[in-house]
Amino acid sequence: MFDYETLKLLWWVLIGVLLIGFALTDGFDMGAMALMPFVGKTDNERRAAINTIAPHWDGNQVWFITAGGALFAAWPMVYAVAFSGLYWAMLLVLFALFCRPVGFDYRSKLENQKWRNAWDWALFTGGAVPALLFGVAFGNLFLGLPFRLDELMRSSYEGSFFGLLHPFALLAGLVSLSMLCAHGGAWLMLRTDAELHQRSRLATRLCALLFLLTFGGAGLWLILGGLPGMRLAGGFADLGLALNPLHKQVVMDNSGWLANYAQYPLTRVAPLLGLAGGLLALLGAQFNRGGVAFLGSSLAIVGTLCTAGFALFPFVFPSSIDPASSLTLWDAVSSQKTLGIMLVVAALFVPLILLYTLWCYIRMWGRVTSQTIDANPHGLY
Amino acid sequence: MISETVVDLSRLQFAMTAMYHFLFVPLTLGLAFLLAIMESVYVMTGKQVYKDMVKFWGKLFGINFALGVTTGLTMEFQFGTNWAYYSHYVGDIFGAPLAIEGLMAFFLESTFIGLFFFGWDRLSKVQHLAVTWLVALGSNLSALWILIANSWMQNPVGSEFNFETMRMELVDFGALLFNPVAQVKFVHTVSAGYVTGAIFVLAISSWYLLKKRDLGFARRSFAIAAVFGLAASLSVIILGDESGYEIGDVQKTKLAAIEAEWDTHPAPASFTLFGLPNQEEMRTDYAVKIPYALGLIATRSLDEEVKGIKDLIAEHEGRIRNGMTAYARLEALRAGDKSPEAIAAFNEVKQDLGYGLLLKKYTANVVDASEEQIKLAALDTIPHVPSLFWTFRIMVASGFLMLLLFVLASWASVKRNAEDKPWLLRFALLALPLPWIAAQTGWYVAEHGRQPWSIGEVLPTHLSASSLSSGDVWGSLVALIAFYSLLLVIEMYLMIKFARLGPSSLHTGRYHFERLAAAQAAKA
Repeated sequence: MFDYETLKLLWWVLIGVLLIGFALTDGFDMGAMALMPFVGKTDNERRAAINTIAPHWDGNQVWFITAGGALFAAWPMVYAVAFSGLYWAMLLVLFALFCRPVGFDYRSKLENQKWRNAWDWALFTGGAVPALLFGVAFGNLFLGLPFRLDELMRSSYEGSFFGLLHPFALLAGLVSLSMLCAHGGAWLMLRTDAELHQRSRLATRLCALLFLLTFGGAGLWLILGGLPGMRLAGGFADLGLALNPLHKQVVMDNSGWLANYAQYPLTRVAPLLGLAGGLLALLGAQFNRGGVAFLGSSLAIVGTLCTAGFALFPFVFPSSIDPASSLTLWDAVSSQKTLGIMLVVAALFVPLILLYTLWCYIRMWGRVTSQTIDANPHGLY
Repeated sequence: MISETVVDLSRLQFAMTAMYHFLFVPLTLGLAFLLAIMESVYVMTGKQVYKDMVKFWGKLFGINFALGVTTGLTMEFQFGTNWAYYSHYVGDIFGAPLAIEGLMAFFLESTFIGLFFFGWDRLSKVQHLAVTWLVALGSNLSALWILIANSWMQNPVGSEFNFETMRMELVDFGALLFNPVAQVKFVHTVSAGYVTGAIFVLAISSWYLLKKRDLGFARRSFAIAAVFGLAASLSVIILGDESGYEIGDVQKTKLAAIEAEWDTHPAPASFTLFGLPNQEEMRTDYAVKIPYALGLIATRSLDEEVKGIKDLIAEHEGRIRNGMTAYARLEALRAGDKSPEAIAAFNEVKQDLGYGLLLKKYTANVVDASEEQIKLAALDTIPHVPSLFWTFRIMVASGFLMLLLFVLASWASVKRNAEDKPWLLRFALLALPLPWIAAQTGWYVAEHGRQPWSIGEVLPTHLSASSLSSGDVWGSLVALIAFYSLLLVIEMYLMIKFARLGPSSLHTGRYHFERLAAAQAAKA
């Protein structure tokens, strides 16, 4: 079928597709829940916000679960090093995610206002914390992470959770949080009415503006030479045969991860798309066009994730203390056989998933209003 | 080297989170199917009570499902966070079924579950029925893929060690899929899930019957659960017996440990019904034996023997010595001598590399192990016999008790006289914990029985852990216990509250508490 080198490249694309799929779908329900306690003042408004995503959040979350599974299957070394190295950050994301399934299902089961308020903040945590931390994690990829591999390919990590909170990483966290909140706000504009709709519109405007500022700010940081970059300096005669991360040479330079953009000008489409998307989301909210705002926030997500991927290419998990240990899409991957089989499985199922997911969204489409909640107070979330 | 404390704590954390996850999974598997059956009856008969049954049991299903999803997330994170070397070493094979589980099963189950709960007014009857069946199909498919992954840990077929990448790699995907251990395990596990769903519905319905409320609703639920449970428990017992234990060395060792079979006896082996295994002295006191039974169950024949623990230890000692050679030859390869001779020499002994790695617990260099260390490592290849012996028997006893209950309940349903037998209804109510006891002890047998391996004959558990500090794992363990306990209290509170309310919680006005309230209002 495909040679090993092509398969490796395709899996880099596929992991990207799964991450983008996750950010596009789970992104709006995380964003919507991060905004929910602020845009929803009454219990009915909060329930309306929750019920716009009630039939979809679980399916959306599977994009995240599948991206994790695909990481395990296609880039086992990345899965191993990232999850064990970022131990406390991962646990924090995990504990935040715990709040979602139970929050959605249990919140409206009792009519006690304290109970419901507690779950509202749990849902807020389940939306805002992962949205922030995913950005912080991406920011840290640009900084490199303090790990090394030994002769038997066992990784050891020499940093701590607080070591992740570098200002650039925090800025990246804000990019991600504001981007997903704008996405969630645009979703609420589309699916709710009255006061809730108006407040969501305001939130979308603010978040889109914050996204434009932080995304642009992070770009300026790199352009002004605030960060070093890395490049492959040899050791891989044949990218298909590269199998051991320690066999390559990596040098740190002061390119600030912009070398790919200089070398391949076409990649500049990604950051431009991110900015254009953010602007479109802002305008959509300004002129009260939910569909336009949602399209804008979606483009911003695609543009932003591609921006990061293109900048780091071919690195996927750089090491700051031992650059040769850095993991790339060429040497941290599974065998040719596994990549081939998994590609076939993905090619069969991803289109099928998209089809039935779309069917579910079409079936459940429409605005969720205060009257919707009053009409079915015991059946809805 | 990772400290033993970190390994032990990581094992404890994994065991705790996996067992906790498996409080919710079997009920999801069973109830999903029962809901699909109830809704099929509704669509065929058009009777409202069956729709109410789907909605009410579906409400309880939802309360359970939420924690199943929550605790399932932990499982996916944990291979990476706490078992990083494992993830690197076998991710090439083990990751694939996990990713396929996501693509083929989780998406299906999780996408349609939203429509199951919220699509009643938006879908036609048949469309909604299809959605319910797809949820059941999705949850069963997810069980299939995760059990294919787990069975590979028990019996690692279709894979080979690659010295360049220092890991196991897939060579035969078909062998992974059609691993005989996986087939037995899948049928056994999903059937046990069906039993769990059936006991759940049967016990709660019995309680309504005892309380004499919502009789029509409870009777129908009782009957469906009884018959479904009877079929399922027969399937667990007949198709999930010890037939999977003759495949692969780890399974054989597990079988010997379960039976406390210290010596190899002439075939056919007898089954020890009861006894007190003493692992230090390698004998079983007060043993009560049934002749022929074990040979028949385990080998399906009268002339094959079941190997005893003492012989297994001797066999493993030989493989450990062989493994030391394999490790020495691997080191030569890794040092750069990739001549065809060196590769051929390694390939000759590489099937025992895993046994060599068992010595890493005692000496980092493996090749310099002393005689005493080799003996210790050989003893390590036998898991803890008394606990396996007992958990297995508790599981089997629970299974047969449930079978008895389903036989009686099915008979009463046929005779339509369950309500006249309060002893039967009380038996059903008291049986509520049994499927969970059976499932938890069953997993203990399966997973503790695999020790000292994380991947049978390939990768020892103590090498699999991440390079963390014991403080890290202590912290996460305590946080998980606290959070999980809180969630369990909340879940149980809601479950009991809604089970007590019964179908009145649907607010249709047709059931006990609402009719009671309406009658009182009319009186006043």
